[in-house]
Amino acid sequence: MDSVYEALVKIVGKDHVSNQPEELFIYSWDLGTTEPHRPDYAISPRTTEEIQKIVRLANKERIPIVPLGGGLSLAGLAVPFKGGMLLDLKRMDSIIEVNERARYALVECGVSQGQLTAYLERHYPHLTHSEPGAPPAATIAGNVAIHGQGDLAHPYGFNSDMINGLEIVLPTGEICLFGSCATGVGWFTLHPLPDVGLFLGWNGTTGIITKVSIRLFPCKKIRGIGMFVVADEELVPEIIYKITHTQMAEDIVAASQAIPPFTSELQHFTINIAADSEKELEFKLEMIFDDTLGEYIREGEGGFLGFIRGLQKPQISKTADWRKGGGFEYVGSIMPIEKYPECYRRGKEISERHGIPYTVLGRCIGAAHAMMFSWTYAFNRADEETIKHAREALHETDDLVLELGGTIWKPGVYGQKLVMERLNANTLNLMGKVKQLLDPNGIMNPGNWEVR
Amino acid sequence: MALADFKYGDTIHRCFRCGYCKFPVNWTDVNNCPAYARFRMETYSCGGRLWLTRAWLSDEIGWTDHFAHIMFSCTACKNCEVKCPLRFNVDILNMITAAKGEMVERGMIPAGVKEFLENIQLHGNPYGMAKAKRGEWMEGTGLLPYQGQDYLYYVGCVGSYDTRAQEATKALGAVMQKAGVSFGALGKEELCDGNEVHMMGEKGLFEMVAEKNIAQFGKLGVRGIITLSPHAYNAIKNIYPWYGGQFEVLHQTQVLRDLIRDNKLDISKGFNARVTFHDPCFLGRWSGEYEAARAILRALPGLTLIEMEKNRDSALCCGGGGGNFYIDFLGGSADSPSRRRVREAYETGANVLAVACPTCLTMLEDALKSEELEGKLVVKDISEIVAEACGIAQ
Repeated sequence: MDSVYEALVKIVGKDHVSNQPEELFIYSWDLGTTEPHRPDYAISPRTTEEIQKIVRLANKERIPIVPLGGGLSLAGLAVPFKGGMLLDLKRMDSIIEVNERARYALVECGVSQGQLTAYLERHYPHLTHSEPGAPPAATIAGNVAIHGQGDLAHPYGFNSDMINGLEIVLPTGEICLFGSCATGVGWFTLHPLPDVGLFLGWNGTTGIITKVSIRLFPCKKIRGIGMFVVADEELVPEIIYKITHTQMAEDIVAASQAIPPFTSELQHFTINIAADSEKELEFKLEMIFDDTLGEYIREGEGGFLGFIRGLQKPQISKTADWRKGGGFEYVGSIMPIEKYPECYRRGKEISERHGIPYTVLGRCIGAAHAMMFSWTYAFNRADEETIKHAREALHETDDLVLELGGTIWKPGVYGQKLVMERLNANTLNLMGKVKQLLDPNGIMNPGNWEVR
Repeated sequence: MALADFKYGDTIHRCFRCGYCKFPVNWTDVNNCPAYARFRMETYSCGGRLWLTRAWLSDEIGWTDHFAHIMFSCTACKNCEVKCPLRFNVDILNMITAAKGEMVERGMIPAGVKEFLENIQLHGNPYGMAKAKRGEWMEGTGLLPYQGQDYLYYVGCVGSYDTRAQEATKALGAVMQKAGVSFGALGKEELCDGNEVHMMGEKGLFEMVAEKNIAQFGKLGVRGIITLSPHAYNAIKNIYPWYGGQFEVLHQTQVLRDLIRDNKLDISKGFNARVTFHDPCFLGRWSGEYEAARAILRALPGLTLIEMEKNRDSALCCGGGGGNFYIDFLGGSADSPSRRRVREAYETGANVLAVACPTCLTMLEDALKSEELEGKLVVKDISEIVAEACGIAQ
């Protein structure tokens, strides 16, 4: 009998650990183009203490651990490259606390974006969180762990900038708290304690996030999307800059895609606007679309396409079916907004070279401080040739990001290597020391950020 | 069968596994797929099953008992189909049923499933009980056998054999009798409707059952059928037409709604309770009937209807569909969908959980006991509630 399996059964119960070929098959796959690698065990723990015991077992047995949230990064960040224990964290799905006055939610690591959205809509309709474009099954913890952004990125920045506190199981099994919660006074702020922010952007190689306190924001009674279009991509940076100056929008996204053809080569803006009254809404619409964007309309350079009340729930998974193929992956980057035109043109070239209808998108972060620019490549899961093309396009795009002066957002293994080749030597050295200190046995998500 | 020969071989790869299939419509949680709620492994989600099926038909994985358990634990509740945002969503549950069918054809099925199907073949019911006992529920009811009345009262296996469900069967009969509905039942001559056989992918057996029923109904001159169970309603209304069976089919809730609306029932005794209603999958998501039961409950004096957060097309399945009320692949845990569902009902503050399905009735009543909610919450079929409002002694 497999003693590790037996030990895992003792920790989480037999229903929540498997070494059966079916679970090992499913958890070997990322949803993007990354080649599958089978874990030896799939485990769905329920508590932090169970994770602690699993981590201690993994250290004792020198078995890798790969934490998995919603599994929707698409970049192969939770593929068990070296086997081991795949921890599906979605069963840890309690919303522990919503502090209405301090505007934060304390959630376990398996709470999905959709779950928090639904909970707030029902119990705290005047509060919202920054919801990413991913399907609602994406988790809050997974999203902050990869420095995700959401539909409040323009006013409030990265979702990882909205963290008020973290509970982490370290690779050696200790449970650590970060932020005000560490002093036992609640989960309302991450600052001003000494900065030991060693867990975000590391793809689970330095610890497992088990709880997150995430900031909530006012949710106005009316929310909707204003749409604007221009033909000239060179206009996009200045338009974003001007809209951010109004401070009237919640989210600013510019996008272009080959399908449907009538939208191809046009740059479409979706601008989320929120208001508590018709008067406020009218004022904001006027400020943005008349006073700010009116000149483009008058000059014949752009067009107002209307305002739709209500925020359409993101259904990005539809992208996967554009080629009736069930697959897509994208490269995300954090990029100066001025690079939008070149990002668009070069991305379109890469897509065309690989026979993939192009899809690009830029989301404004902060007051035009940067944008998340993404290039999406659809593929047919049943056609190896299209997967190969998508993979090559992704790698070319990783190279492009760095060439254009951006940084790769949540890079996969290929992108991580590119980044590490260019990293400041002392920074890389420090990363190695941190990794060695926190994970002396190298069990955490091996294959990712291999800095040693 | 190779993937290329599978009916959905050119489509099944299109599932992205984005996870919408696990949600209710408002994303409250990821537990609206009953098997996923029970096991919380991706394999047990709709997407997991589709990926595994494709891998099996491509010889990337072999058949195992565990694989079969994963497939047959699907209750065919249709939550996945309703929630999937992609264009091929109409086929995703069919893909799972077809994969079950492939296992059936190869003889690769779990023991419980084999027993279920054998019992249908041998005895005309999944329990393996004697055909002669099927009509025992009629004894002492004063209900008539079907002899050309306006409607055939089709009870189904659960309503005929399960002692708890029989109470609902009798209640509906008594209410219809009191309202003067012209109907009769088949008693021991009744045969399984085959709905679960169909959902288990056993096409041959289903065809046999359907054809026997259609022939019997035809021979008896049946034109209209009233079903106690949404499972029978689905089979006879939605599937039998493929085999030439064309009947006017009504579910009990539609009949009771009309009787109340047309003042054919004296409901003045009312029903003093806070009631929450559990939508049966084969009535709701499969047949689009969400309002009949609610119209009945709203009409009863003294009754306060409280909705569970997950209602209508977002209702959590009780876990009994696809034959799971018998094979019980989802039982044995506080995460079992039936136990989750009674907790959801209890959280509303209701003291009665109303159902409109004998399978839901038995599943949820068992769950109530496991959750130790007896005395705090009662599960009743809507027929029993109406019977009480009419002053019919139970």
